[in-house]
Amino acid sequence: MGMKFLIGLDGHGSGERAMTHAQMLAKLIGDCELIAAYVIEWSPYSFQTQEENAQRHKRREEEISTAKSRIIDPAVKKLQDAGFTASGVVRHGDVAETLNALAEEQGADQIIVGRSSEGGFTRRIFGSATSNLVMSASVPVTVVV
Amino acid sequence: MKTLSKILLAQAAAFGLSAPALAQEAMTIDQRVNATFATVTGPFVNFIFAPFPGTAFPWIVLWLVVAASVFTVYFGLVQFRFFGHAIALVKGDYSDPKDAGEVSHFQALATALSGTVGLGNIAGVAVAVGIGGPGATFWMILAGLMGMASKFTECTLGVKYRNEYDDGTVSGGPMYYMSKGFKELGLPGGKILAVMFSVFCILGALGGGNMFQANQAHAQIAGIVGDYPGWITGLIFAAVVFAVIVGGIKSIARVTEKVVPFMGILYVGAALVILLVNYDKIGWAFGQIFAGAFTGLGVAGGLVGALIQGFKRAAFSNEAGVGSAAIAHSAVRTNEPITEGFVSLLEPLIDTVLICTMTALVITISGQLIMNPETGQFVLNEAGSAIKTIGDTSGVALTSAAFGSSISWFPYVLALAVVLFAFSTMISWSYYGLKAWTYLFGEGKTTELVFKVIFCIFIVIGAAASLGPVIDFSDAAIFSMAVVNIFALYFLMKLVRKELKSYSARLASGEIRKFKT
Repeated sequence: MGMKFLIGLDGHGSGERAMTHAQMLAKLIGDCELIAAYVIEWSPYSFQTQEENAQRHKRREEEISTAKSRIIDPAVKKLQDAGFTASGVVRHGDVAETLNALAEEQGADQIIVGRSSEGGFTRRIFGSATSNLVMSASVPVTVVV
Repeated sequence: MKTLSKILLAQAAAFGLSAPALAQEAMTIDQRVNATFATVTGPFVNFIFAPFPGTAFPWIVLWLVVAASVFTVYFGLVQFRFFGHAIALVKGDYSDPKDAGEVSHFQALATALSGTVGLGNIAGVAVAVGIGGPGATFWMILAGLMGMASKFTECTLGVKYRNEYDDGTVSGGPMYYMSKGFKELGLPGGKILAVMFSVFCILGALGGGNMFQANQAHAQIAGIVGDYPGWITGLIFAAVVFAVIVGGIKSIARVTEKVVPFMGILYVGAALVILLVNYDKIGWAFGQIFAGAFTGLGVAGGLVGALIQGFKRAAFSNEAGVGSAAIAHSAVRTNEPITEGFVSLLEPLIDTVLICTMTALVITISGQLIMNPETGQFVLNEAGSAIKTIGDTSGVALTSAAFGSSISWFPYVLALAVVLFAFSTMISWSYYGLKAWTYLFGEGKTTELVFKVIFCIFIVIGAAASLGPVIDFSDAAIFSMAVVNIFALYFLMKLVRKELKSYSARLASGEIRKFKT
C-alpha cells in the first residue's frame, strides 16, 4: 500500500511544480493516491453589503464551478492520464487551515504545495499561506520551490 | 454622467427653476423645500405621534414598548437565556465547515449592524439627551434590552419565510413572512399587511434611511467648512449613491463596508478614552441618568419627556420591531432559522445598550448641557423645548461639541464618521426600500431603476430641508413600519415559539452540537 498525497493548487506556476513533484514521489513509492485541492480564499468574518449577501449563494456556486473547470478538473485528468488514482476537491476558507482540514478529513499522509507568491506587505502582516500551513499542519508538508 | 445631468435637470424642474436660477436662489431653495416638505408631511406625522387623549404620551411609543415587553415575556427572557449561545453562533462554533463560502452569521450581523449603527447613535442620542435630559438614557437602555426580543422574533421569521430563487439569490423580510406566515396559519389579510408594510418601508427608506442621513451629513460638513446651501451636499451624495446603486460601482460600497466598522470601533474607543480620563465623573453621570429617569431633572415634559425621548430614539437607532432587520438578516446560510434570531438579538445590545450609552455618557460628562448649579435642574432654552446647551447646539453638533471638549481634533474624525455612517445607512436602506418596492411592483430592471432614482432625489431634498421636519417625518415613517410589523408579529409569534421549543430541546439533547470545540 502506497501513500496518499494532498496537492495544494493555486492556479499558478507554483501549483504546477507541486503537481510535478507529487507525481515524481508517487512514482517512486508506487501505488499512491493523489488528491488535487484548490482553496478559494474566504473568511466568515469579512464585511459585505446587503446585495453581496443576497447573492452570496449564487456566487459561491459560480466560484466553485469555475475553480473546478479551470483548475481542478484539468489537474485530475492530467494525473489520471499519467496513470495515477486521482480525485479533486474545491473548498472555501483560509488556505492553510482548509488544506490542513482536508488532509485530516481525507486521511492524507502528506501535503504538497508550491511556495506561495503573496507580495511583501501582506506577507509581513499576515505571513504567507505556505508558512502558515507549515506551522500549523498536522501532517508533513513538502514545499516545492 | 449623461443620466446624472438629466437627474439634475429633472430636479431643477421639480423646483420650478431653470439651472442658472438654481445657483442664484440657493437659500430660497432650501427654505422653499423646507416649507413645502413640512406642509406635505404634517398630517402623517401628526397621526403617528398623536398622544393618548388627555395625556402627552404618544400611542406609538407605548405600542413599541408593549410589544418588546410581550415578546420578552412570551419567549421567557430569550435575550438573556440565549445570549451566550448567540455569541457562540457568531463565532462560528456551530457552523458546518461544508457551508464555508456562504453568508455566515457574523456577516449577516455585521451587514445588519452597518445599517443600524450610524446617525441614530450619534445624532439621535444627542437629540434624546438634549430634549429629555440624561434620564432619557435609562429608558433608552431599557428599550434596547427589551428590543432584543422583538429583533429575535422578526429575524427568525425573516429567515424562515424568505424566498429562495432558482438562481440562488434570496429575498426576505416582513412582507414575505406576513403573506406566507398568515397563509400557513389559515389567517386572512397577510397580503394586505404585506402591501401596507411595503408602502411604509419605502417611506421609511426615503425618510430615516435617506433624508435624515443626508440632512445630518450636511450639517456636519457645513459645521466644518462653513455654512453653504444644503442642496449642494445633497447633489454630491446623490451622485455617489447613484453611482453605487445604479451604476453598480461596487468598489465604493465595498470600501465603505470596510471603513464603517473601523469607524464604529474608533468612535467607541474615543468615547472610552474620554470616560477613562473623566473616570471620576462616571458615577455622577450614572447618578444623573437614574435621577433624570424618574424625576426628569426639570427637562421639558419631565419624567414622561425623558421616557418618550429615550424610547423613541432607541427604536429609531436599533430599529427593533420595525422590520428592517428581518430583511437584512434573511441572507444567512442556515438550516435553523432561529439561529439567526439568536444572532440578531445582539444587534440592539451593540447598537443601543453599548454605543448609544457611550454617546449619552460623553454628552452628560462633557457639561454641554447647562445646569443651574443651585437647584441641580437643567436650564431650558428660550422656547422651552430643549435643554440649553453651550453654543446652542443640538443633534450631531451637540455630540461633536461634547467629544471636542475633551479631544479637540475629534470633531473632524466624527465628521468623517458621520458622513460614512450616513452613506452606509443610505446604501442599506436603499436595499430595504428596493425589496419593498419590488414586492409591490415586481422585480425588473426598469421598476428597480425608478425606485433608485426617486431615492437619489430624496437625498437632495433631505440635505436641503431643516432638521425639525426631516426628523419628524423620518420617525413617523419608520414607526409606521413598526405598526404593521408588530401587529403581524403578534399573530406569528407562536410559530417562533414552536421553533424555539424544538431547537432548545435538540440543543439540550446534544443533537445540535458544535463543529468547533
